[in-house]
Amino acid sequence: MRILVVEDDALLADSLRVGLGLYGATLDVVTTCTDGQAALATDEFDAVVLDLMLPDGSGLDLLATLRARGDRIPVLLLTALDEVPHRIRGLDAGADDYLGKPFDLDELAARVRAITRRQQGRASPYVSYNGVTLDLARLTAAVDGTVISLSRREFAILSALMDRPGIVLSKSDLEARLYGWQEEIESNTVEVHVHKLRSKIGRYKIETLRGVGYRMRPSSS
Amino acid sequence: MNSLKRKLFFILVATTGFIWIAATCWIYIGTTQEVENVLDSRLQEAARMVLSLASSDGIGSFQKDADSSHAAEFLTYDRELSCQIWSLDGRLVARSSGSPNESLYDNRTGFAERTIRGEKWRVFTAEDPTKNLRVLVGDRLGLRETFVADIMKGLLAPMFLAIPILAFLIWASLNQGLRPLRVLAVDLRRRNADDLTPVETKGIPKEILPMIFSLNSLFERVGKALRHERQITAFAAHELRTPLASLRAQAQIAVKARDTNTQQAALSQILFAVDRTTRLVRQLLTIARLDSGADTLLTALNVGDVVEEVVDTLPPSDRTVNVIVDPILRSTVVTANRDSLLLAIRNLHENAVRHMPRRGTIRWSAEATIEGITVFVEDTGPGIPKEELALATKRFFRGRNKSSLGSGLGLSIVDMAVRTSGARLRLLNRQDTSGLRAEMVWDARSTQGSSKAAVIG
Repeated sequence: MRILVVEDDALLADSLRVGLGLYGATLDVVTTCTDGQAALATDEFDAVVLDLMLPDGSGLDLLATLRARGDRIPVLLLTALDEVPHRIRGLDAGADDYLGKPFDLDELAARVRAITRRQQGRASPYVSYNGVTLDLARLTAAVDGTVISLSRREFAILSALMDRPGIVLSKSDLEARLYGWQEEIESNTVEVHVHKLRSKIGRYKIETLRGVGYRMRPSSS
Repeated sequence: MNSLKRKLFFILVATTGFIWIAATCWIYIGTTQEVENVLDSRLQEAARMVLSLASSDGIGSFQKDADSSHAAEFLTYDRELSCQIWSLDGRLVARSSGSPNESLYDNRTGFAERTIRGEKWRVFTAEDPTKNLRVLVGDRLGLRETFVADIMKGLLAPMFLAIPILAFLIWASLNQGLRPLRVLAVDLRRRNADDLTPVETKGIPKEILPMIFSLNSLFERVGKALRHERQITAFAAHELRTPLASLRAQAQIAVKARDTNTQQAALSQILFAVDRTTRLVRQLLTIARLDSGADTLLTALNVGDVVEEVVDTLPPSDRTVNVIVDPILRSTVVTANRDSLLLAIRNLHENAVRHMPRRGTIRWSAEATIEGITVFVEDTGPGIPKEELALATKRFFRGRNKSSLGSGLGLSIVDMAVRTSGARLRLLNRQDTSGLRAEMVWDARSTQGSSKAAVIG
């Protein structure tokens, strides 16, 4: 899960980056509305955590442009302005959720999971496909009823593949889901993670389409 | 209690009473004189009448007549008149029934006063040497006084009766007259602490209007101050939320993280967040102090001393930058509040240090022009973007070139502190190189005469 954080306070941005990282998310942080616009225009994210009071304007303006453009990306407003009228205005401006500062990290992570889940058209916190079940809240997977533990990266790859099981994801797609801007990517790291994944959940659960990418193998084949 | 109504009441009652007493005295004196005149002329008339009768009808028949004739003439006062007829050689010829046996004569004709048997008499003496007779007619002075007292009693009785009625009327009219004040008091008493709406001026007597206007203008000023305070409190609450949020999040990370590196990083971030929050709270308290206008004592200060004090007390880690203090500051004297100036200089200095790349130069100096004295600091940091210069001193404003520790209060504090010292703060971007120049300007015009600022040498 890749999340864009628009927050001008460096310390809080760091907390979010590390904190939500513990829940398996990959975070990119920008500090102004302008940078946020640019990031959303060039990269693909699963959700946005948006502060309202930013140095170059209000987060609500960013949200408004986003929705005017027809972008359906889930947005959670995270702000010190948490009076009821502010919440209402934020939600009516197109936000999917609203959380006031200070907040609980677990709650923030859960809310972000919830809005992305809804975005993907799911109601259940579990994703199942061909005998593999992911528990998105606990970052665990179960294969045919047996719970197996996965590393953060492995879980991220598996959940990316299982979001839309029929679709083929290229290596760079997966890298984009896995790594933020600041992180160094080694050239064969996706292959390494997929290899480890296969050894844990079974060789034939993930299919390699040579030169194209990876996808979940349908149960019939 | 100091009651206006009571005071007015007593003044009115006392004044009325005083006027009455004065009037009574006046009447008493007037009446006494009048009574004296009337009775004296009666004595005179009576004496002359007796003398003329005695001369025409003989003495023997007179004695009988004297009683009856005068009795009819003087009604209630007949018995008070006494008459004696003496021969000039000192023999009592006749006397009226009420008169004493002693002679009323004191060797003078005309009016005289005599005391006989403890009683004072007013006597008129008439003589006729041809008839060898002396007629004395007198009355008791005590009776005259009783007569005046009767008149006064008749006058005073209704007055004393009127006093309570008058007092009541005064009291009632005072009540009526002071009603607007009471209505105002009730209105003010009923108000909530934060109800600062102006008092209604319709139907208020014009004597009270100035007070109401002053009250309303006070309400307005208090309301303004209150709104200002609330704004600051709201801002402060808002500004504290972000550091608190990161504190909480970092603490949760420290609890949750399994690897030591993440834990250590989170803990050091917590320390940083605590430092920042502490600084923010300290600054808010400083602002509250400056807002309250506590530092108002102005003294002549040597700017060089203050700048050196600030530079010397800064922690060593801040000394990686090169600090130049121009010797001219040693001879620059301004009139300012010492604490405020110290605060302003420290904040400006810290600001410069914080916004500087690892190597940089901070220069403190001063200039004296016709305009006044300018004490300034120049750094080699990024400066402030042009469009943000005007906003920089606004509370909680944080521009693009902010430091992670900043709260957006520093320059606002400097601005306030400089104002307290009778100067103003001017922020400029340096023309020669990248960097900010912050000036504290003591205007010559406003300081003329009192020589608030001077560069010696």
